[in-house]
Amino acid sequence: MIHLKSFAGKLIFGFVLAIVLQLGNSALAQDGKALFSQNCASCHAVNKQLTGPALAGVEDRWPDKAILHHWIRNNQEVIKSGYPYAVNLYNQFNKTQMNLFPAITDKEIDAILAYIKTAAAEANATPAGGTPADAKNAEGDNTLLFGILTLVLAIIAFVLLQVNSNLKKLSDDKDGIPSHEPVPFWRNKSYIALLAVVLFLIGGILITKGAIGLGRSQNYEPEQPIFYSHKVHAGVNQINCLYCHTGAQYGKQATIPSVNICMNCHMAINEYKGPKIYNGEGEEVNGTAEIQKLYKYAGFEPGKPWDASKAKPIEWTRIHNLPDHVYFNHSQHVVAGKQQCQTCHGDIPKMDEVKQFAPLSMGWCINCHRTTQVQFKENDFYSIYTKFHDQLKRDSAEAKANGRQLSKEKSGITVEQIGGTECQKCHY
Amino acid sequence: MEQKKYWQSFGELNNSEAYQQSSKDEFQEELNIPFEDSKGLFKGVTPRRDFLKYLGFSTAAAAVAASCEIPVKKAIPFANKPEDIVPGVANYYATTYVQDGDVVSVLAKVRDGRPIKLEGNEMSPLTGGGTSARVQASVLELYDTARLRFPTIDGKEATFNDIDKAIGSDLAGLGGAPVVLLTSTVTSPTTKEAIAQFLAKYPGSRHVVYDAVSATGILLANEATYGKRAIPNYRFDNAKVIVSLGADFLGTWLGGSNEYSLQYVKGRKLTDKKLDMNKHYQFESMMSLTGSNSDERFLHRPSEANAVTLALLSAVNGQGANGITDAKLKAGIEKAARDLLANKGAALVVSGSNDVNVQIVVNAINEVLQSGGKTIDWSSTVNYRQGVDSDFAKLVDDLNAGTVGGLLIYGANPAYTWYDTKKFISGLQKVRVKVSFNPKADETTQLVKYVIPDHHFLESWGDAEPKSGYISLMQPTISPLFKTRQWQDSLLKWAGATADYLGFVKQYWIGKLGSESAWDKALQDGVVNPATEPAATAATFNAAGVAAASAALGSAVRKGKYELVIYEKTGIGVNGAANPWLQELPDPVTRATWDNYAVISPALAKSLLGIDLARNGDSDSYEVHPDKPVIKITANGKEITLPAVIIPGTQPDTIAIAIGYGRTEKMGKAVVGSGKDAFPFTSYNGASVVNTVTDVTVAEVKGETYRIAMTQTHGVYATPQGVRTEVIKEMPLSEYQKHPSVILEEREEELKPFGGVADFEKKGTIYTYHDKPGIHWGMSIDMNSCFGCGACVVACHAENNVPVVGKAEVARFHDMHWLRIDRYYSGDMENPNVVFQPMMCQHCDNAPCENVCPVDATPHSSEGMNMMAYNRCVGTRYCANNCPYKVRRFNWADFMGADSFPNNQDELSDVVLMMNDELTRMVLNPDVTVRSRGVMEKCSFCVQRTQEGKLTAKKEGRPLKSGENNEWDVKTACQQACSTNAIVFGNINDTKSAVSVTRAENHYRLYRTLEEIHTLPNVTYLAKVRNQDEMEEKAEKGAKAETKKEA
Repeated sequence: MIHLKSFAGKLIFGFVLAIVLQLGNSALAQDGKALFSQNCASCHAVNKQLTGPALAGVEDRWPDKAILHHWIRNNQEVIKSGYPYAVNLYNQFNKTQMNLFPAITDKEIDAILAYIKTAAAEANATPAGGTPADAKNAEGDNTLLFGILTLVLAIIAFVLLQVNSNLKKLSDDKDGIPSHEPVPFWRNKSYIALLAVVLFLIGGILITKGAIGLGRSQNYEPEQPIFYSHKVHAGVNQINCLYCHTGAQYGKQATIPSVNICMNCHMAINEYKGPKIYNGEGEEVNGTAEIQKLYKYAGFEPGKPWDASKAKPIEWTRIHNLPDHVYFNHSQHVVAGKQQCQTCHGDIPKMDEVKQFAPLSMGWCINCHRTTQVQFKENDFYSIYTKFHDQLKRDSAEAKANGRQLSKEKSGITVEQIGGTECQKCHY
Repeated sequence: MEQKKYWQSFGELNNSEAYQQSSKDEFQEELNIPFEDSKGLFKGVTPRRDFLKYLGFSTAAAAVAASCEIPVKKAIPFANKPEDIVPGVANYYATTYVQDGDVVSVLAKVRDGRPIKLEGNEMSPLTGGGTSARVQASVLELYDTARLRFPTIDGKEATFNDIDKAIGSDLAGLGGAPVVLLTSTVTSPTTKEAIAQFLAKYPGSRHVVYDAVSATGILLANEATYGKRAIPNYRFDNAKVIVSLGADFLGTWLGGSNEYSLQYVKGRKLTDKKLDMNKHYQFESMMSLTGSNSDERFLHRPSEANAVTLALLSAVNGQGANGITDAKLKAGIEKAARDLLANKGAALVVSGSNDVNVQIVVNAINEVLQSGGKTIDWSSTVNYRQGVDSDFAKLVDDLNAGTVGGLLIYGANPAYTWYDTKKFISGLQKVRVKVSFNPKADETTQLVKYVIPDHHFLESWGDAEPKSGYISLMQPTISPLFKTRQWQDSLLKWAGATADYLGFVKQYWIGKLGSESAWDKALQDGVVNPATEPAATAATFNAAGVAAASAALGSAVRKGKYELVIYEKTGIGVNGAANPWLQELPDPVTRATWDNYAVISPALAKSLLGIDLARNGDSDSYEVHPDKPVIKITANGKEITLPAVIIPGTQPDTIAIAIGYGRTEKMGKAVVGSGKDAFPFTSYNGASVVNTVTDVTVAEVKGETYRIAMTQTHGVYATPQGVRTEVIKEMPLSEYQKHPSVILEEREEELKPFGGVADFEKKGTIYTYHDKPGIHWGMSIDMNSCFGCGACVVACHAENNVPVVGKAEVARFHDMHWLRIDRYYSGDMENPNVVFQPMMCQHCDNAPCENVCPVDATPHSSEGMNMMAYNRCVGTRYCANNCPYKVRRFNWADFMGADSFPNNQDELSDVVLMMNDELTRMVLNPDVTVRSRGVMEKCSFCVQRTQEGKLTAKKEGRPLKSGENNEWDVKTACQQACSTNAIVFGNINDTKSAVSVTRAENHYRLYRTLEEIHTLPNVTYLAKVRNQDEMEEKAEKGAKAETKKEA
């Protein structure tokens, strides 16, 4: 038993050690991955030759690690120094110049190299099977249940009323009180009046609701020319929204990326190897085939140099549509207001196909403007609002004196207070 | 201050019945609803059942419309996005407006690849960032549907290759017959080089410069007296006394350069401390824009122009105004001469005459006044007009003699503008190779075989040198829309040069500037200026010709009962008639749109047409209806029938007609039915073209009328006192110097019962006070700087997608200008003083329009803006009725094609529909909603610009810049366009902003229009000060008393 116990102890120790080591390593590799996609991925892949050589085993190929670091930082200097391996490599790749990275640190280079190592090892292992799609948990819709219940109750009430009137008639007959010829219920004025009122109310509610909802398209989820999965890009691969939707920082439109932005990465990434993706109908989507569609638009053949001027634009179906008389500026919200994209667009990193998350109705805009605070103290633009600044100072001093927590309303200035709900802030 | 009466219309002067009626009822016309004929809704022929039918139909229609599905929209990104283009963000490129010899440095605002607006380039010392109405409107010409879209041979489309080959072989086959290149003034140094290269290839050929309205007189006079065939650099800013002998230097003189208005107004800016300004005398025969701004104005017959010039010379020589019989005129000349002599070295005399002898005498006057090196600077010369009429006259003779083998035409259009078009056309027919580079099928281009349309300037590379040493560069802001080619490219190609014009320009400027990076910098700036402004120098004067010139002028002029002046309009000029924005811009003085007409004086109206404007009924019958009496003018065997428009300030025996109208229909929809051609009335005196006819006969064409769309009487609002001093404040300089605070004191007195000026906002009302915690927008308009040119009106058009409504709609009071310039007269009916007042939404902090809106479509913002939510507006027009300033505009039709109901555009004219063309709509500003039928609109203080400026500041995390150290986040379109900085806009909560500083420096002159009704406008005006002394004031009062007695 003791023997066994010590063995178990060793095993546990070893396991824990392995995990710790693995964690450390993978943390390094995680950084490396980000650095790799930022700096290297446009020309290099781990296991495939692109503009530059495949990087798997790069550390083994270079005789001297210090020179490899030097090469990565400034390859031209290494070539100039006449280092034979470097010169060879340079000639082998038709004297294509590698970018210079003078600012990259040794630690970062090590992280990249670590990532390359792990990525190369992972690729050698058998690819893991895709996780099954998340079963769509149909939200329990109680409307039908309530409807049936109401109907049943209504019928019971009706039957009871009928029974009541029949019983009354019987008792009247018995007491000898003369009674009118019974009116059938469909000609009974009370019933007709009741029905009319009910129909009017229901109709009114439906019409009002319909009218308010005119032109709104919440949950709109059209099919796109390419099955572009935000989940894969923004979710799994953690690409920053603004990398593709650059316009969101500068102007009104967030802008859908042009083909050349797609090709920044997809020159290198020409097959899909991530978890399985499914479309709205639950059918599996072949990611690689979708990338091929992109290549068709781009006029790109893998392995050959790409001429960006031959690309054709992709006709995406527009999801978020504002009426023409509404002025909306992305940069106002992203840069000046420091809002997250998800506030209005929902959890895009979890969506394969994007759907309209918000109603984009005026009420929705206004409600947010009423509660959201602007960067009042941080942004010097608001320095002209001296009255509000004084007010804030007074309020916080008062709270401090009373030893109370500053309430949310008094802690800052909302968009509404600086005029953000006035007509001509968005309509002109 | 003396209360003199200001009047916009004759009806107002007389307080006529029609005027009283119109001031009560702004929207005089009946609503065109189907129940029109019925006696009330429920009685007459269309009874209640019909009403229910319509109600049911509209409900059903709404239901059908509502059930429509939302259309699927596509979002198509770039395939390969250029780095410096962000969709939705405008780029600005420095380029140059060039139209014939006129040059203005501009920035083109390019949105998503389309130039949509031009702004003045503030780096140009000539304009200081100002523009003119024509510059502002020129962006529309890029999208003109009448532009020629491909090269043609005999009217059939041809490729550039074919046409080059054909012309090449034709030119080669001329057998040595000379080729003539006929252009309007060329200011571009590289173009001149290209021309030289071309001419060198074809020996014996020559370049003839022909300007439709030339400066021959000045050029030749300077050649005679200074030995230079050039125009000196006039320095109006150095002049304390300016005498203009019929020169419209604020409007059209020498092409209407912005430079002169900027300089002129520099000398007229006042503050509470700076109490002196220049003095401007104008001697002329008709009310020009410049004359209407003058301090003292004297009238003479056109035939007396020579005598007036001579008299001024003799007066400055101390011999009195010899040869002038009219006492008033004589006194005026002598007074002007006294003032000129008292300011030797700071005096300037200019003349609009094209007569060489007149200009020689003017040079002699300026010599006496020692203007050389002070107000007339010969260190640099201006190049706006270089054509000499006799060169062209000789060319016409050569053409008729058949000695010209080839004629290449660029810019010039003599088949329309030459006085004797028949002779030119017959000569043209004898030319073997005829080529035109003009962008449209104008009168001359229609007659030539080969047409290679030139690019629009916004599609072109190039340069311009408006003044020697001052360069303005031109770069394309859009790919050519059509198959056009820069004409310089054609010249270079035919000259056998290898480089194209771009290469040529680039090489030339890299050579001049030293390096490619210097060229890039220059291109980015748009201008290359001398490192230091050259010191003003004088030129030696050769007096030899003066005696002969004086003698020539002294000889008697044939003089008939009536005389005629042919003039150029400020907005239209020679070429503007095809531009709908310019056509719809009311002429500053006459306030008429879409036409030319015979301008006559009230006296002539009385004697010729029997209209006595002093009489109540007569002024109404003339003024109320847009149909005006028609007169026939005959001179030199030519006749023209035109409607008569009565303009006070016209010399009683003079009739004035504008050129630029009566164009061929191929110029575009805007010229169709617009006016008549007055060029045939010009004549040639052997040296230059003369624009006056001193003997004409005039007769009324009985029973005929012609409709003229004038905007002056639109939106009448009767002020309580009836003298308009609560809208217009003006005083003579002498009074301002003596008592600068008089206006402030009057305001203080008036508002005393309501808390005085300082507390009027809070104490003058029972409403609660509304705070403006952050930004509070305000505008200041200096009426001393505004001279009424209308650049702001067109800029507003372009910026805010203001629709063009066409003549018929303007005549129905349906004009849509958000910003109008009101013209007010005061004083003597025959020679009144004129005041211009830009009037737009005053953004009242206690706005009468806001609280009458039943749907809250026009609320007030916390930034002091009166907002207009178009989609909320249901079109009751209550707001317009309640607006005391009459600045709200109602969309009576779907002028912009904004809604989807097809019949909403049925009544609109062709030109309005043309503005809705796919091509023309490219000029629309995507940041401003196009308004649909049935909604109200008005000046928004350029809210799209204020929002953008605020956002820029917010994104950079810094306070808004509104004019401190001349740094701006926000300028309104009108402010940006203004060539004299009359309009200042900004945040009045910021004490350092330009508008706050302007108001603080001028708090004596500051006033608000209709202040006493407590509208609290955010637009303030600075009162006009006229450099007159009290003597004239008294004389005027006397005159007024007389007219009153008569009435």
